[in-house]
Amino acid sequence: MSVQTAAPAPSTSVTKPRGPAARSALWHVTVIVLVLALMYPVLWLVSSSFKPANEVLSNLSLLPDHGTASNYSQVFDGVAGYSVWRYFGNSLLVSGLAVIGNVLSCALAGYVFGRLQFRGRGPLFAFMLSTIMLPHHVVLIPQYIIFQKLDMVNTFWPLVLPKFFATDAFFVFLMVQFVRGLPKELDESATIDGCGPFRTFWYVILPLLRPAIITTSIFTFIWTWNDFFSQLIYLNDPSKFTLPLGLQMYVDQTSQSAFGPMFAMSVLALIPIGLFFIAFQRFIVDGVSTSGLKG
Amino acid sequence: MPTIARARSVGERAEASAAKVPAQPPQRRRQRSGAAYVFLSPWLIGAALLTVGPMLASLYLSFTDYNLFDTPRWVGLRNFERMFTQDDRYWNSVWVTVKFALISVPLKLAVALGIALLLNKPRRGTAFYRSAFYAPSLLGASVSVALVWRSLFGSNGAVDHFLGIFGIHVGSLVDQPRYALLTVIALAVWQFGAPMVIFLAGLKQVPSELYEAAALDGAGPARRFFSVTLPMITPVLLFNLVLEIIQAFQSFTGAFVIGSGRGGPSDSALLYTLYLYQRGFNNFEMGYASAMAWVLLVVIAIITVLLFRSSRKWVFYAGEGTR
Repeated sequence: MSVQTAAPAPSTSVTKPRGPAARSALWHVTVIVLVLALMYPVLWLVSSSFKPANEVLSNLSLLPDHGTASNYSQVFDGVAGYSVWRYFGNSLLVSGLAVIGNVLSCALAGYVFGRLQFRGRGPLFAFMLSTIMLPHHVVLIPQYIIFQKLDMVNTFWPLVLPKFFATDAFFVFLMVQFVRGLPKELDESATIDGCGPFRTFWYVILPLLRPAIITTSIFTFIWTWNDFFSQLIYLNDPSKFTLPLGLQMYVDQTSQSAFGPMFAMSVLALIPIGLFFIAFQRFIVDGVSTSGLKG
Repeated sequence: MPTIARARSVGERAEASAAKVPAQPPQRRRQRSGAAYVFLSPWLIGAALLTVGPMLASLYLSFTDYNLFDTPRWVGLRNFERMFTQDDRYWNSVWVTVKFALISVPLKLAVALGIALLLNKPRRGTAFYRSAFYAPSLLGASVSVALVWRSLFGSNGAVDHFLGIFGIHVGSLVDQPRYALLTVIALAVWQFGAPMVIFLAGLKQVPSELYEAAALDGAGPARRFFSVTLPMITPVLLFNLVLEIIQAFQSFTGAFVIGSGRGGPSDSALLYTLYLYQRGFNNFEMGYASAMAWVLLVVIAIITVLLFRSSRKWVFYAGEGTR
């Protein structure tokens, strides 16, 4: 293994020295072309949202011939009865509460599974791990019935409440792995100093869990923001609609006629994800490679 | 290290209250076990009321006829019988899902590995490119991008124009039963970023001395890939394969939006979960939908077990056997 650390750039020693500058340039060009091709749909979406109605579908270039912001003003005025801000606010509320719920409940469960010794830990931990693979559809219908009996259908509760009960086992596991990596001496000394388990968790473990909390927050936010299935099932009053639902309803109601506003609304729906991505891309990519969370 | 300072101040604060909490080791351990369960209570409640309970309930419902309003009526195996022997749309959705998984997963993993290899060499800007290739993984799950897809693959869309350059005129791919699923597959493959990042992490683990030895033996790039890289990353490949297959079997949003909420022209993109949704939430056949969900669970479990079983033959773990 010492060889591995001794040679930081292994590949260069293997490849034949054939004009490294030219090869590097070729590599950069290839990668940039691929990135642009890959991002074309997104760039086209953004540009289409600034195109007038007659241009939206016929113009495949990334620059509008006659740029206009009217699509956006139409969306702000209201589509399908509500201003887009309504859907935006609903999405924000649901995603924000989901983040809080997931972080608190998963960190707590992660601390218990990762640190505390108690009877029944083994089987419970094994069960928790097995639920990672469980398809959501198996619990979907009874969950729906429960929330219906509780009169919570058509409220945000079914979307938010499960997050406060650590139902996303992936994040519990992420926290467990992280807690295990923390030096035990810290919470031992806290115990010696008279901290009970809760104070140890709150003042010692939770602050140290920051990287895992950031990863959990980012993914919970983006997944909830993008989530379509649960929102489609639980929300049916347009005033409660989140952005994906508002968008889908708008498409259903206007059929093929109003692509401009539809694209403007699509762009607005992507902006938070884009901002999160730009701000946290390092955490996101590292989070994926270290924990195996998928997009 | 601000965290240590934080911990120390905790200690000081705790010292002040130490008088109130006498330290008695045996009692503390019991308290701990109790405390563990108190802390675990959110998870325990969730596991009992939102996972185990609903699993048992949906198993029960799968043997009933239940429309959400009347009481469930026990029908024995009738749901499964109807599903397997009388429901053509069910088998169609199975076939569509299998096609979707069989095409999209290998393609996605091949693209992911290809780009990972391209980004593996440490060069300037690699971190940026890595993020750029990952971006579609996050964006692609949204309704917005699925709508873009519908436009790009629809009539007068970019794909039609692009193919027109080569003299191929297909018209709207989204509206033709032959091609609708392909557009859903293309959207899934576009989101290759997550497996790519995991492949990259795996590639970093390959010891460079293996490449040096292979180069000394005169192995070309292709040979090095098939004899060194590929065997060494089989554990990561297995991981990606399992996750992507599970994900493929549960895909919903892309097919829902691209197929106008119905699953495409003449059910050509009617994925399993889409059909489950239609049965459960459009037709209120909750018993039937529960039966479908259980079949899905069993199938996913079988596939996972088979993959792990077969992995003994093709997954190579360093430090084991041929070392």
